Amino acid sequence: MSMNSVGRPTRPEAPANDASTATLTGGRGLLQDEPLIFELGGWDKSGVDLPEATGVDDALDGLLRHDPIGLPGLSEPEIMRHYVRLSQKNHAIDLALYPLGSCTMKHNPRLNEKMARLPGFSDIHPLQPVSTVQGALGLMDQLAHWLKTLTGMPAVALSPKAGAHGELCGLLAIRAAHEANGQGHRKTVLAPTSAHGTNPATAAFAGYTVKEIGQTDDGRVDLADLAAKLGPDVAAIMVTNPNTCGLFEREVIEIARLTHEAGAYFYCDGANFNAIVGRVRPGDLGVDAMHINLHKTFSTPHGGGGPGAGPVVLSAALAPYAPTPWVVAGEDGFKLVEHEEEEAAAAFGRLTAFNGQMGMYVRALSYMLSHGADGLRQVAEDAVLNANYIKARLSDVMSPAFPDGPCMHEALFDDAWLEGTGVTTLDFAKAMIDEGFHPMTMYFPLVVHGAMLIEPTETESKYELDRFIAALRALAHAAKAGDVDRFKNAPTQAPLRRLDETLAARKPRLKWSSVSPAPLAAE
Amino acid sequence: MRFTKDHEWISVDGDIATVGITAYAADQLGDVVFVETPDVGKTVKKGDSLAVVESVKAASDVYAPVSGEVVEANGELSGSPETVNAAPEAGGWFAKVKLSDASEVDALMDRAAYEAFLGTL
Amino acid sequence: MRYLPLTPDDRAEMLSVIGVKSIDDLFVDVPAAARRTGVVDLPLHAGELEVERELSALAARNRTAGSGPFFCGAGAYRHHVPASVDHIIQRSEFLTSYTPYQPEIAQGTLQVLFEFQTQVAALTGLEVANASLYDGSTGAAEAVMMANRITRKGKAVLSGGLHPHYVRSIETLAHAAGVATDTLAAAVDAEAAVIDAIDADTACVVVQTPNVFGTVTDVTRIAEAAHAAGALLIVVTTEAVSYGLLKSPGEMGADIAVAEGQSIGNGLNFGGPYVGLFACREKYMRQIPGRLCGETVDAEGRRGFVLTLSTREQHIRRDKATSNICTNSGLCALAFTIHMSLLGEQGLRRLAALNHDRARKLKAALAATPGVEVLTDRYFNEIAVRLPRDAAEVVETLAGAGVIAGVPYSRLAPQAGMDDVLLLAATELTSDADIALLQKALTKVIAQ
Repeated sequence: MSMNSVGRPTRPEAPANDASTATLTGGRGLLQDEPLIFELGGWDKSGVDLPEATGVDDALDGLLRHDPIGLPGLSEPEIMRHYVRLSQKNHAIDLALYPLGSCTMKHNPRLNEKMARLPGFSDIHPLQPVSTVQGALGLMDQLAHWLKTLTGMPAVALSPKAGAHGELCGLLAIRAAHEANGQGHRKTVLAPTSAHGTNPATAAFAGYTVKEIGQTDDGRVDLADLAAKLGPDVAAIMVTNPNTCGLFEREVIEIARLTHEAGAYFYCDGANFNAIVGRVRPGDLGVDAMHINLHKTFSTPHGGGGPGAGPVVLSAALAPYAPTPWVVAGEDGFKLVEHEEEEAAAAFGRLTAFNGQMGMYVRALSYMLSHGADGLRQVAEDAVLNANYIKARLSDVMSPAFPDGPCMHEALFDDAWLEGTGVTTLDFAKAMIDEGFHPMTMYFPLVVHGAMLIEPTETESKYELDRFIAALRALAHAAKAGDVDRFKNAPTQAPLRRLDETLAARKPRLKWSSVSPAPLAAE
Repeated sequence: MRFTKDHEWISVDGDIATVGITAYAADQLGDVVFVETPDVGKTVKKGDSLAVVESVKAASDVYAPVSGEVVEANGELSGSPETVNAAPEAGGWFAKVKLSDASEVDALMDRAAYEAFLGTL
Repeated sequence: MRYLPLTPDDRAEMLSVIGVKSIDDLFVDVPAAARRTGVVDLPLHAGELEVERELSALAARNRTAGSGPFFCGAGAYRHHVPASVDHIIQRSEFLTSYTPYQPEIAQGTLQVLFEFQTQVAALTGLEVANASLYDGSTGAAEAVMMANRITRKGKAVLSGGLHPHYVRSIETLAHAAGVATDTLAAAVDAEAAVIDAIDADTACVVVQTPNVFGTVTDVTRIAEAAHAAGALLIVVTTEAVSYGLLKSPGEMGADIAVAEGQSIGNGLNFGGPYVGLFACREKYMRQIPGRLCGETVDAEGRRGFVLTLSTREQHIRRDKATSNICTNSGLCALAFTIHMSLLGEQGLRRLAALNHDRARKLKAALAATPGVEVLTDRYFNEIAVRLPRDAAEVVETLAGAGVIAGVPYSRLAPQAGMDDVLLLAATELTSDADIALLQKALTKVIAQ
């Protein structure tokens, strides 16, 4: 059996009775017990006033929908209550530190939101005549210029819709380049064990077989292993830099040299670009393609899981293969290259119907213009400073995975310091919830046991960092003092206690049903 | 019963081998929530993926400890995957394979050797 | 800088706690050759009002859809979005939260996703829906990958009524994954040809209704033919409002339904962000790409929601995942769900009927315009017409006259030999006056 993950409890243990937070009605102070929208009785009303239509064309006979669809509608006041009540059950960056490593949960400036809602950006159609959207194309051109300048790369494909989509874009460009150069037989992609799951998933999606590269004791790519695995079958390597252990790959230039010498391309996962923006240009490191998560480094909101945007910067060798569409500046204004012909004859294809995430482009450019070249450099410096400050102040009570030398924008701890306490990384994370903080990324990267990856970002004040540090120190002392119940019962202060993920997976119930099924009960 | 370093067990009766995962493996996985058993008639070589076992946080291939043809799959597991946790080395078996090379069995560890191997992990 | 809380004193104190002299000491792992000392060659920081001025100037150079008669559709539609939708999605707890990986403090997002999945399943007439994909076109490509995983037959048949940009998005991914595509010639009423193209190697058939020319099709016979050949039927819909008037994909035998959900709750935004709707038969649940939210209980037995069946996904399954998708379109899905919850069945049916009603008016006006031939017979809110001249030129001329007349088909597929075909959509926002202005301007251009 392949063992690819550490098993950990995915269902709550029976809570101690005195820890129960039950009230008579389910409501608790400011938190209302809110049913599903389908349980609020809106079967015969609507919160939208519309005029009656006059009739249906006879040609649609036999094509009409007669059976009930099953959609409740509610008035505006009811809708406001419902969704505002639900919103209060979410943690948010606007509430407190959100230290998810690899996720870059920084402040989302509201100017960005205001700019994206200007009708000149939000109320234009992707297919209206290009002569009527010159400002939008100009904005894309300007964003492209900023991204190329910040990365030192000659080209950028804007259209990928998120980081993983960007990875796909990069690998498809690499594949097209190999095919054009008679190297289509290269079918292997190398990626470190510590890589984001999207890297091997994308490589497989793009038709490649993935081989893992080993890691050195100090958390970097094992050059000897890489050199041994780079052969005539290797199409590309995918390396995250700074890597998922929060460390800069010191030998990155040598990694690029070895890769190119073997006839392969260097795809860099740019999820952690926030650590180096304005200070290091990936183009100077020998990178051939790198996606940039606008929803990480460039502050567009995560929105509970998206939308994001994942533009990909490309080296000169890969630029001709970029997917359509793209913007070209001409003498009579901007034009949009939408088809794989003429100047785009080598394009590998198209990744999405339209022009990518325009709403995110506006927000990202608004952020870039605000910070400017100087501010962005300060972003990287403060992000790295904050992470190292946390690492320095927690290293005496927790165990840093890589104690020697500085980290970049995130500090990685393992669970060695919890040994013998009876408290696991999971328990510790859940106890953080009770103290008002979102847990850090846990159990990732896979190469570190019981990993806890903390990324504070640059938008935390020293006051907030000190609060966070004080909370973690207090919890660490409690764990070592044997206060195990605090951890095993946690969270007790959140809207819900620990959830039974095992039950959810064994008896999947993925939608509400009108045939009121029996409530789920733990087995 | 014989064991592999990948934590599968087999139990041979005549030329039919029953395959499952060990108690250690089931414990490492955590609560099993889904099992994908092979189609009857499928031919597997030693080391091929025979089944997939999933917990909430992990999905693992179960490798064939021996070569042969699948003659029976444990249909019970689709409705009650928890059996893999409750009785990994009994009711939680995955498939029965008709051996194509009985000598492959001899190369596997006996329980004492497997337990010694676990001690090294 | 207004987004950076640290003061110079803070920084100095923190460096001393860390035990280094300067910030450069924290970047020592960067190779010397790649360390940049100065700032990059870009403008320096700017205040809020300067940024606002610069971006407003760019915005002002775009002609907004709301500023005059507007008939573009072809995969993105201008609808009215209630004010409360945009208000709710800007609440901090929705806007600035991450993917709900810690369910105890993400029940807001999770419950919304559960509501979204229920609505999408109901609209598509299928049993199971996911928590959204990037948009309709990427969803269609994912559906083809999924169908091929299930049937392992290696070929997708793409209807001639499928949006050409969807076709290219599918072909691009399919080519990489080694799935062959059989793309049929563009035709206004193309679906009958699809049946002839199905053979024993067909993994799936991708059909759009209403299709890119606006034609509404009962795909029941295509479903039967596909199933008889052991293939799956994927039904694509780019105008989600049509679900309120027309038979659902599930009702007509679809195995997978994919839709662009932008029409409900989301603006045009020049093409993104949008929201992909994805639903399928329950038996294919474990092959779905993207996140799924499921019901469960907490330690005290209270109902709650979690992300589930995650072993399909990249963060666990890595190179064996059903898709590489991670970030999806959560906030757009929230907008969709709020708008749909305001509409309800009553409102959605009325909205759909109203859209069709406006298209009837549009069709009648175009049919009465000399030189214009209406090509679409069975339509929802979009039709194709043949003009006596190059459609792209006509659109450009009319744009100069303040009318955005629609999308020339050649814009989507220059090689299709349909340079005289124009696609026009009408929605509840299209007024009688808009239609009259279009007719007048079109008559004039044609007469020239």
